[in-house]
Amino acid sequence: MDLTLNIWRQTSKDSAGNFETYQLKDINEHMSFLEMLDVLNEQLEGQGKEPVAFEHDCREGICGSCGLMINGAPHGHLPRTTTCQLHMREFKHGDNITIEPFRAGAFPVLKDLVVDRSALDRIVQAGGFISVRTGSAPDANAVPVPKDEADRAFDAATCIGCGACVASCPNAAAMLFTGAKVTHLGLLPQGQPERYDRVTKMVHQMDKEEFGHCSNFGECTVACPKGIPLDVISQMNRDLLVAQLKGRSA
Amino acid sequence: MTIELKSGAPSGDIQTAWSRHKFSMQIVNPANKRKYDIIVVGTGLAGAACAATLAELGYNVLNFCFQDSARRAHSIAAQGGINAAKNYQNDGDSIYRLFYDTVKGGDFRAREHNVYRLAETSVNIIDQATAQGVPFAREYGGLLDNRSFGGAQVSRTFYARGQTGQQLLIGAYQAHAKMVAAGGIKMFPRHEMLDVVVKDGHARGIIARDLVTGQLKRFVGDAVVLATGGYGNVFFLSTNAMGCNVTATWRAHRRGALFANPCYTQIHPTCIPVSGDYQSKLTLMSESLRNDGRVWVPKDKKDAFDPKTGKVGRHPNDIPESERDYYLERRYPAFGNLVPRDIASRAAKQVCDEGRGVSYNGRGVYLDFSDAVRRLGKAGVEARYGNLFEMYQRITGEDPYTEPMRMYPAIHYTMGGLWVDYNLMSNVPGLFVLGEANFSDHGANRLGASALMQGLADGYFVAPPCIGNFLAKRKPQPKSTDWPEFAAVEAEVKQRLSTLLSIKGKRTVDSFHKELGLLMWDKCGMARTEEGLKEALVRIPQIRDEFWKNVSVPGSDTGVNQSLEKAARVADFLEFAELMCLDALERRESCGGHFREEFQEEAGEAKGEAKRDDENFAHVAAWEFTGVGQRPNLHKEQLTFDYVKPSQRSYK
Amino acid sequence: MTWLKQFLSSSIGLKIVMALSGLGLFGFVIAHMLGNLQVFLGAEKFNAYAAMMQGNPLLWPARIGLLGMIFAHMGSAAALVLRSNKARPTGYKSHQWLSGSYAVRTMRFGGLVLLAFIVYHLLHMTVGTAHGEFRHCMSDGAGGLTCFAYQNLVSGLMNPAVASAYIVAQVALGLHLAHGVWSLCRTLGLGNPRYDLLARRAALSFGGLITAGNCAIAIAIVAGLVKLP
Repeated sequence: MDLTLNIWRQTSKDSAGNFETYQLKDINEHMSFLEMLDVLNEQLEGQGKEPVAFEHDCREGICGSCGLMINGAPHGHLPRTTTCQLHMREFKHGDNITIEPFRAGAFPVLKDLVVDRSALDRIVQAGGFISVRTGSAPDANAVPVPKDEADRAFDAATCIGCGACVASCPNAAAMLFTGAKVTHLGLLPQGQPERYDRVTKMVHQMDKEEFGHCSNFGECTVACPKGIPLDVISQMNRDLLVAQLKGRSA
Repeated sequence: MTIELKSGAPSGDIQTAWSRHKFSMQIVNPANKRKYDIIVVGTGLAGAACAATLAELGYNVLNFCFQDSARRAHSIAAQGGINAAKNYQNDGDSIYRLFYDTVKGGDFRAREHNVYRLAETSVNIIDQATAQGVPFAREYGGLLDNRSFGGAQVSRTFYARGQTGQQLLIGAYQAHAKMVAAGGIKMFPRHEMLDVVVKDGHARGIIARDLVTGQLKRFVGDAVVLATGGYGNVFFLSTNAMGCNVTATWRAHRRGALFANPCYTQIHPTCIPVSGDYQSKLTLMSESLRNDGRVWVPKDKKDAFDPKTGKVGRHPNDIPESERDYYLERRYPAFGNLVPRDIASRAAKQVCDEGRGVSYNGRGVYLDFSDAVRRLGKAGVEARYGNLFEMYQRITGEDPYTEPMRMYPAIHYTMGGLWVDYNLMSNVPGLFVLGEANFSDHGANRLGASALMQGLADGYFVAPPCIGNFLAKRKPQPKSTDWPEFAAVEAEVKQRLSTLLSIKGKRTVDSFHKELGLLMWDKCGMARTEEGLKEALVRIPQIRDEFWKNVSVPGSDTGVNQSLEKAARVADFLEFAELMCLDALERRESCGGHFREEFQEEAGEAKGEAKRDDENFAHVAAWEFTGVGQRPNLHKEQLTFDYVKPSQRSYK
Repeated sequence: MTWLKQFLSSSIGLKIVMALSGLGLFGFVIAHMLGNLQVFLGAEKFNAYAAMMQGNPLLWPARIGLLGMIFAHMGSAAALVLRSNKARPTGYKSHQWLSGSYAVRTMRFGGLVLLAFIVYHLLHMTVGTAHGEFRHCMSDGAGGLTCFAYQNLVSGLMNPAVASAYIVAQVALGLHLAHGVWSLCRTLGLGNPRYDLLARRAALSFGGLITAGNCAIAIAIVAGLVKLP
């Protein structure tokens, strides 16, 4: 199939960017979206031009590196799919595809489609962990966890940190990301001692990074390649309220 | 130069060796720990676990990864699970049995003491991960669940659906994040280590490139820890992430560290086959599919891929039962479709070599679930394999419920790596190597669900006390990045990068990488021959020469330049590949993942199976760098088996 | 009290202010509708109801409370909108909505429509300056009040243009509630997968009922079903 691509190009963090148009011919429908971009980059490199910078690593939907805004949807229009698992058979001959970086004030563009998502790391660093020193753990079966709770914690823990929730949110909020971690650790017995400090600190950091708020639109949960449910945000709100009643502050 | 390779493992009873060794180690006074700076490269299971643990102990850790975040390391992609000798199932498991299975699974090419320690620490890993909040699968009673995995008769694999690697890595990443916040770890994401700095014979620092600004930076420390993964991407197509590379270990090798057993590579039998020459990576499908899927190819070549027309004959659903060859069931009636990874892989290659392969290029076999759908119903199959079927359908656009999957083996893991002693230290003092990057625990073949175990054992439990012991003996040293050694290494790195940028040739980096990968897959892949390896040893230097004359690397060395990053990695693969082929050539036996066609059983029940030569090759081959294109020096560490007596594996 | 300041100025704190004030206003809207539906019971009953409300010593505290809630609701909304704009300084060239009904996307605009309506409605039906034939309550000389709320309402809405404005505002209100009521539950931490669908439907029903109830009055008046005595 032949395609027209409109791609955001930007040399560096501080430079202004613009859209460039590229024509691609004879794209195989079995290619992944990123392989289609590889083809474009091979052509550009062959001409001695700078290829389009984009992030990718595992290419099997788990590392969370890739993340492009494809025709206005993070990771493209297919539900529960990362960009690397989106295949060209989802597009048609003659399609016009607009590819933009994930946009948020907290995600500055570093080059072309590469954005800096380290704000998400800092949210985890603020409290997204259980403080257990290596070697100090009790026997793993000492604390039974009801299967249902463990499964719900797992659902929240599947977050790959790609930032699609932020990219899709009209307020550029990181609520689904933060709520997923708060829920994952807050549901497990091991996570209880720090539960209310954790939520207070993580929310504080999330605000400090200037992410937006939640309007409960639900865009994030549809955009999330792992389908993390919106309930994690509600869980976070509840925990934060309880934390206030318990007198915890960041 | 002669290098004496001493493992340094304690003598005496293996079951108490590690505790005795730990007691004999020196300890750094808590107040002195903060005087030491330790450089850790990599943030996978081994790197993140090690960095977090060292920081908890009080050392200053400088931690590096080339990805944008510590959470992206490729450990994250492991699906199946992690072994541990917990014996929660009361099915007769024990530390000794896990040790035994691992040594045997490694085809008697691993160091017994290291393996025993691995089995011993495995139980602590599960405790640690659970306490960190890793949501392992549980039974209805709330206790941890186990599944069984290849190469073991007990159920000892802990898992978190098909995302065990992700969950364990996130656990380690969270421990790591805690120490970043506490100031114990200084994290440098988007920094790629490009060389090691050795001063007075000790590893004292690294040169890293800031991938955002392009700046080369010097970092000095009291010890350097490499946890930089394996070299599977020398094949271009593998199940490794796109960024996985050999640069860190190869650069350390060039600075004196010995590279051990590079020819030991593991092939995973069930990966989605290549669909075209644009393909960038291969996707693994869990081994568990072989529990219910039946592997076959057409009996008649007319139904296979025809290279002349580029087409496959009849659709698999139109081929009657009598014209299908269920070759695994035919050749291995006892184990059938469940033979170990290496055997299943080689059998697939053989039928494809006979011209009976299917898929786009004749490199594929069918994995058929029609019997399973008939037996269990579609819902039954979906309950077991739903997520895998969905992944397959997404990638291929085909529905595995109604037509057979296509599968082909792919490179998955590399057992070889930098040589390390019992303390995980290379022959360069102060240079520690952890996880897949070292050669230590899996011998010639790794059992399923053991990679996660080794990475975390090394990172959480083995490396920290060993590094402490090394530092305690050495006392704090002066530290300066102004040493001439730093300037010299930095200048070399700078020179290499500017050369790459200045060639301005006609061919892209990927085209060289693909050419190398294809050659390696043909000559040094699933089955190797003397002739093929010699051919590869002629071709690799030619490709390398052309690379340095004709590669096109656009852009500059300032700012983000992904082409330059790739080019530097491929340049190192082009040197490393030669060592790998040489090692494969010199190891004149077949063992584990290394199969030399000349060395197979000629007759009897084991006909066609790998033929080990314990008399001449029960050693670790550790290679010393002597210059690019120069023959490296071989050093041997003899392996002894006092506990598990070498025997032959048969699955007929 | 730094913790309170910190909490109330956090993104979730502001949302909770919005949710609590929204909850209060939602309660008012229900009571207001139930009160107004008494117009169908005739002038006498309706005017008596108005007199009871007007003479209530809690009238002014309630009015001040309502005003406070409106300001809290609007203030938190404004603060969050400013933050939201700052959180994404550069927008997308191409954007598609992935989920979200029409109600979700009109929250901000609908809120502004409601604000304009509230001002008009106060001038129209409470202060009376936007009403040509408005009559204030008078003392009945026996310690009570005589009110003309029925006459005010019917004469005020007889004009189809005015009635249309009311109907538009009630549709906006219904949409606002259809998302807002569900959203406030989630903001207050009441999101639970089991009850989620129920909460969504309840919010939608409340939105619909409020719109239907209030519009019924306007329509009945324009249609002449409710007439001046």
